[in-house]
Amino acid sequence: MAANAAIELKNITKTFGHVCANHNVSLKVNRGEILSILGENGSGKTTLMNMIAGIYFPDSGSIFIDGKEVVIASPKDAFQYKIGMIHQHFKLVDVFTATENIVLGLEEKYDVKNASAKVKEISEKYGFEIDPDKKIYEMSVSEKQTVEIIKVLYRGADILILDEPTAVLTPQETQKLFAVLRRMRDDGKAIIIITHKLHEVLSLSDQVAVLRKGEYIGTVKTAETNETLLTEMMVGKKISLNITRDEPKHPEDRLVVEDITCMNRDGATILDHVSFTARSGEILGIAGIAGSGQRELLEAIAGLQHIDSGSILYHNPKTKQTDNLRDKTPLQIRALGVRLSFVPEDRLGMGLVGNMDIVDNMMLRSYRRGKTMFLQRKPPKDLAETIIRQLEVVTPSVSTPVRRLSGGNVQKVLVGREIAAVPTVLMAAYPVRGLDINSSYTIYNLLNEQKKNGVAVIFVGEDLDVLIELCDRIMVIGSGCVTGVVDGRTATKEEIGLLMTKSVHEDMEGGADHVKTGEKNA
Amino acid sequence: MSKPEKKMHEPLIHLVKRDAIPWYQAWAVRIIAVLAALIFSGIITIILTGLNPLEVYQKMFEGAFGTDRRIWNLFQNVAILLCISLAVTPAFKMRFWNIGAEGQVLIGGLASTACMILLGNKLSQPVLLLVIVVTSIAAGAVWALLPAIFKAYWNTNETLFTLMMNYIAIQLVSYFVFVWSVPKGSGKIGIINGDTQAGWLPVLGDQKYLLNILIVLVITIAMYVYLRFSKQGYEISVVGESENTARYIGINVKKVVIRTMLISGAICGLAGMLLVSGTDHSITRDTAGGRGFTAIMVSWLAKFNPLYMVLTAFLIVFLEKGASEISTAFRLNDSFSEIITGIIIFFIIGSEFFINYAIRFRKIRKGGKAQ
Repeated sequence: MAANAAIELKNITKTFGHVCANHNVSLKVNRGEILSILGENGSGKTTLMNMIAGIYFPDSGSIFIDGKEVVIASPKDAFQYKIGMIHQHFKLVDVFTATENIVLGLEEKYDVKNASAKVKEISEKYGFEIDPDKKIYEMSVSEKQTVEIIKVLYRGADILILDEPTAVLTPQETQKLFAVLRRMRDDGKAIIIITHKLHEVLSLSDQVAVLRKGEYIGTVKTAETNETLLTEMMVGKKISLNITRDEPKHPEDRLVVEDITCMNRDGATILDHVSFTARSGEILGIAGIAGSGQRELLEAIAGLQHIDSGSILYHNPKTKQTDNLRDKTPLQIRALGVRLSFVPEDRLGMGLVGNMDIVDNMMLRSYRRGKTMFLQRKPPKDLAETIIRQLEVVTPSVSTPVRRLSGGNVQKVLVGREIAAVPTVLMAAYPVRGLDINSSYTIYNLLNEQKKNGVAVIFVGEDLDVLIELCDRIMVIGSGCVTGVVDGRTATKEEIGLLMTKSVHEDMEGGADHVKTGEKNA
Repeated sequence: MSKPEKKMHEPLIHLVKRDAIPWYQAWAVRIIAVLAALIFSGIITIILTGLNPLEVYQKMFEGAFGTDRRIWNLFQNVAILLCISLAVTPAFKMRFWNIGAEGQVLIGGLASTACMILLGNKLSQPVLLLVIVVTSIAAGAVWALLPAIFKAYWNTNETLFTLMMNYIAIQLVSYFVFVWSVPKGSGKIGIINGDTQAGWLPVLGDQKYLLNILIVLVITIAMYVYLRFSKQGYEISVVGESENTARYIGINVKKVVIRTMLISGAICGLAGMLLVSGTDHSITRDTAGGRGFTAIMVSWLAKFNPLYMVLTAFLIVFLEKGASEISTAFRLNDSFSEIITGIIIFFIIGSEFFINYAIRFRKIRKGGKAQ
């Protein structure tokens, strides 16, 4: 191996407005080595890699390649230094063949035969299975990924960056990819792989660098670490937030989800036999890496997501009846007398209409009231004024479009409206994302108040400290499966972190034996 | 190739999206735009023709308002254009790009024509008029319904679909003009029922165009109220702004799409009826005269507000009339008037850009370049 690291970053800092995405990050990769970058969502992994690939430019800090300081101001510069990045979202032209996509943008003369031969040669060298003449739209996700990888190799890259390459692959495809990556490592290439799956980190990489909330935590040798240590680095020590938590009063089963399975349009399973119970007077937290099926789960309950099997039973506290909400539209659910409120993750794209003013947004839930064909704007206007007063929403007036409000105020408007509907079940997805401390506490207090009123609250969160202090029980999901349910009063961050990164279909070598089974039920 | 001293430069000019600016500032920008357009086209006039631009503008004004007949004609044209603009507005508000108004108007007009020719002497006048109104509205609605159903159920591209429906309507009109031509084989229909006036809309007072204008006035107010104050109008806005939000609150998006397009097509059909039964008493393939497309601009310029649409429709028609007057008065060819119209519309549309964006120049920093 070379004396100097293939690529080394020193004290890299990058901010976007007030948000610090990377703060003083330093790391290095040698040739013939695989480095994993581990971190939760929003810890700054992708931003960091984009700076190496020339997409962003660091505010401060320096980058060295083979010991020489370089400036990478554009993807073209990155090319010069033989850096190739494989993005999470593929950048391919659908109607072109693999070879055409691979040579696209190169300034050399296009010669199909030559290019095809070179593609074949690369494929054989590293063991890719690819038909150079196949069109992209006929390809599976893993084939497309292969094209992306060959594309950077064709350009002579010897420092490869892969952004969450396994997120879209099946376990078998992941195995194949890893075999290829190991072969490339043995060939002397430096490889950086972004992931948040611990077992993959352990089975593939030589070193692991951990980021947390933009801060560089440290680099460890894979051989000298284990899942528990890595989780601790990833989630950090527990911080006390002093969120109040009362004992649930007379909890009773309100919403019973039994064994639901959902597929997305491509036929991939996004919820896999999920079962749980939400009780009145209790906050049920849902933890998991983003995209593990949280959104689909809430949308399935709200009647927005098609369910392939299973049932969602609602025990009505008034009539004492039990209704199955499966295959019902949001209107039908309401017609059953189910008071279900939902604060979706996408505030301005789903929960509210950004271009409408506060009054018209208040009306979203209630505009159908009244017998005439005309709207009644007086009650929503009163409601808007009440919410602005009670939740201290900062806005020029009730007729200001909500997209002009700051994130915290937008959320207060949305949560305020959903609570004003006097729900029996309140679902909130990432309700404090992007909010400052004060607004966050306003939201926690509102949720606690609802809990006190006997509402079954379902809280999907990403900050484990918050989940542990706020929730009575925490359900953890990973890749669409429930990986465990823990008691919020006794759970530790490490315990939840392990459940988050655990995969139910464990067939990675070396991964399975590290994982404890999540049998600690509340 | 890339040297280490390469630094990032702040561009000289950059655009910043503005917050809302007060209405009077917005209008000031628009008025400045019109004045700038007049000055600019004045300069162009001098360069290209050597004429005094003030005289040219005066002629334009005369072309639109010169005589009583011209004023009525102007208002009739405004009314029809406004009617079609109102028709496309609910669809546009829903982000359904209905560019098939031309065809929907024509097919409505064709339905009126058919009733007048085939039923002209068989029904009493009030019954015939009722039949004409109903069939032309229905014809326009059906023309819009087809793309709406395909959009709602199979998510086909409504722009292409409605566009193609235009050509079908034009071909149908050509065909029936041939079938019903008077005298046979002349390829022209001429005035229908000129002797009996069967199926002609009644004339209020002695003003041929007054009824049309009043009908469109009523539609304007009705459309304003519908979009602003009705539950259905609210649903249209929500679907247009965000389909996800619409689903989230339980709006049946398919139903709203179909219902809204029915309304859009129905009003187009009615506009066709106003043209055939109300004023032309005949039909050609040019009866809609491109107004189905001009209406799109009218609607956008007015930001889908029916009341502003009165102004924008008026502006467009005024420019058209004025422009055709100057080309005859000064014996210029048509292209010149089109240049003038183009410049003025370009400036007006361009002014919206300055209302939404502010231009910032690079600050000159002390000590030379940035960092």
